[in-house]
Amino acid sequence: MKHICLYFQVHQPFRLRIYRFFDIGVSHDYYHELNNRSLFQRISQKCYLPMNALLKSLIEKWGPDYFSVSFSISGTCIEQMQLYEPRTLESFQELYATGAVELIGETYAHSLACLKSQKEFERQVKKHKGILQELFGAAPTVFRNTELVFYDEVAKWVAELGFSAMLAEGADTLLGWRSPNFLYTSAVAPLKLLLRNYRLSDDIAFRFSNTTWEEWPLTAEKYAEWIFGLPEDQNLINIFMDYETFGEHQWKETGIFEFFSNWVDIMLKEKKAVFVTPTKVLREHKPVASISVPSPLSWADTERDLTAWLGNELQIDAFETLYSLEDKVEKVRDSTILRDWLLLQTSDHFYYMCTKFFSDGDVHKYFNPYNSPYEAYVTYMNVLSDFQERLRKIS
Amino acid sequence: MECRRVAAHICSNGALMKVLMLGWEFPPRIAGGLAVACYGLVKGLSYHGVQVTFVMPLRTGEEPPNRYRLLGANEIPIPYKHSVELPPFWHQITFYGVHTVLGPYLEQLEMPIVEFASVPEPIYAFEEGKFRLEFSGKYGPDLLAEVYRYAYAVSHLAEQEEFDIIHAHDWLTYLAGVWLKHKTHKPLVVHVHATEYDRSGENPNPEVRAIEQMGLKEADLIIAVSFYTRSVVIERYDIPPEKIWAIHNAVLPKDRQPIQPSPSKRKVVTFLGRVTYQKGPEYFVEAAARLAPYLPDVHFVMAGTGDLLRGIIHRVAQLRLGVRFSFTGFLPPAEVERLFDLSDVYVMPSVSEPFGISALEALRAGVPVIISKQSGVAEVLPHALKVDFWDVDGLADLIYGVLQYKGIRPFFIRYAQAELSQLQWERASAKVIEAYKSLLTP
Repeated sequence: MKHICLYFQVHQPFRLRIYRFFDIGVSHDYYHELNNRSLFQRISQKCYLPMNALLKSLIEKWGPDYFSVSFSISGTCIEQMQLYEPRTLESFQELYATGAVELIGETYAHSLACLKSQKEFERQVKKHKGILQELFGAAPTVFRNTELVFYDEVAKWVAELGFSAMLAEGADTLLGWRSPNFLYTSAVAPLKLLLRNYRLSDDIAFRFSNTTWEEWPLTAEKYAEWIFGLPEDQNLINIFMDYETFGEHQWKETGIFEFFSNWVDIMLKEKKAVFVTPTKVLREHKPVASISVPSPLSWADTERDLTAWLGNELQIDAFETLYSLEDKVEKVRDSTILRDWLLLQTSDHFYYMCTKFFSDGDVHKYFNPYNSPYEAYVTYMNVLSDFQERLRKIS
Repeated sequence: MECRRVAAHICSNGALMKVLMLGWEFPPRIAGGLAVACYGLVKGLSYHGVQVTFVMPLRTGEEPPNRYRLLGANEIPIPYKHSVELPPFWHQITFYGVHTVLGPYLEQLEMPIVEFASVPEPIYAFEEGKFRLEFSGKYGPDLLAEVYRYAYAVSHLAEQEEFDIIHAHDWLTYLAGVWLKHKTHKPLVVHVHATEYDRSGENPNPEVRAIEQMGLKEADLIIAVSFYTRSVVIERYDIPPEKIWAIHNAVLPKDRQPIQPSPSKRKVVTFLGRVTYQKGPEYFVEAAARLAPYLPDVHFVMAGTGDLLRGIIHRVAQLRLGVRFSFTGFLPPAEVERLFDLSDVYVMPSVSEPFGISALEALRAGVPVIISKQSGVAEVLPHALKVDFWDVDGLADLIYGVLQYKGIRPFFIRYAQAELSQLQWERASAKVIEAYKSLLTP
């Protein structure tokens, strides 16, 4: 019996408006309200609402024992649902209420705080837990870090925060000859690890509509065959991807929705597979080996490292400058400052400053409001200058 | 990174290619990028073994020596005749003749109204039944007359020189190139460094435009310095795209110790180029006006001269920015290098820039450059900072970012140097040889 663990990342950042140097000290309004709202509504329309409806119908058709999925919804995305489109939030709540959905913990701001500050990381994880409790009545026991960033140190912190498992990238550099299709455990902490099968995940997320791919067009039958064709003992298949794959990264016209629903039907009809949540995986699988990851690993790009966020001088300067303010922020009680502090940590801001144009450029362009990484950097630094000045004034 | 030498001989007989190249500028006489590009190209072609004779209006005798041959049009002996026989194509051009102002080229601030005759009226220098023409080689008020004289003199090379290809740089030499082509039936390559639309916007000088149109039409092959310029040639002159090759300019390497940065806190933002419509100097001034109150330690330098300079100076005065601005006038190459050493950022807000070789020179000196999206050089510098020329706030913001935030400079220089190392004249010249070959092989 193949266990397919589907996990979708649901996240939207608060993108910055065009914030010029002459706005510093004058305006503390950093976000592009109109863009963020219209983009969110578009993504809701094209992805969240139709895909939620599709998942709900599959749950009703097959029942939670056979078909279940998991999500991680960032705090910033939940805030956007509340601000811009409450019915999207309701749609997720309804989906959760079917009992076939597991919600996974993450950092509230979808940040890379773990790289700089354990304290800040923990604060955000707790804040995210809080909002899941408040809006869904959910208490997550499995964790995923922003962009699946994982390494030993973080494994320890996550275990200390009470999580029993964490999602990570099934990178070749990590696994070598081993397969991601088993449950693993951290070598340094009591924490199980579910590793992403990046080939099967990216076949859908990146390659589905790529007409130059030799496997194009990808049919539900072919994809099901690949999974059934895996060796007998490899029976945990972790397929993790951005939720926006459905209807946004892959447009409706590519047939992505039909593909997904046909594939689920094929997998379940033959009674050789079930779709499981991470928690069910933990109940039914035993770890085969322990894994140690001394330096950070992510699910991004071909390098599977942090270079998409912290790969160049622009990103490093922005990131370092931001976290140099942490001590000052800690002493502040002002709620608007604390909110900006969170929203400025969202990893997307650094992603927009990425300059790896070639193999992964297409993905990086997605939802990117800037024409160049320089614009992204200068805008962010202008905002940060203003933020810094506010901190200075208040303390 | 050494460039592989390409075979520069003609397939049929194995002899090395001989190119008669016609140009208006050559170092040390430099008014803009044209001389720099011609020099780089000639050097690059020589590297591959092409035998180049470069004909300019006059030689100063201070040109850098190399394997190519330099010839002044003022040295060409012309048999004396009572009247000048004009070739048939000459009649394609409407000669206006009076009140023609070539503003963008004038080296003075003043814009005199000039008159000249449509038939070359040379200054004769007799010598055994032959005479020579005199040239100033400058972009003076009698530029058009000199262009005609140049064409007339150069046309006599048909009987005096052996060559396989005629290669003419910009409209100044098109008449000469076409005349030679008609006399010798050798293929003509026309090299577009700029068009009249770049120089004058929507109000082209009709005579210059007519010469361009004729040259582009008569050319067997056109080299444009960028895809941007290639599209201008297609759209504005209605030239079939298949005969236009886009071959980007390059930059000569330079080993040079940068001078010690001055201990002063003052930062320098530099504009360098002709102060004309094409180069967008007014956007530079407006951006400076946005920045000035926020960056009290920043100084703005405008190097170059041109027909808009007066107006620009008035505007700077009106903005009360006089103390923050320096106007240097035209700078010779050595002083340009010094200026780059002192600059913290180089801004090229060109409205229409076929290439923009000075951006590469700034990069070579390690200065971050902000270029307009409307410039050909943007095509070869994916990492450069780019902005629409009219977006004054955006331009000001990028300047601010380069000066105030420490991330850009090291990042930019690392990538830009890598990009620069790809832009070698040897490589560009290899493409030009390929273009030649397409004309020579039947």
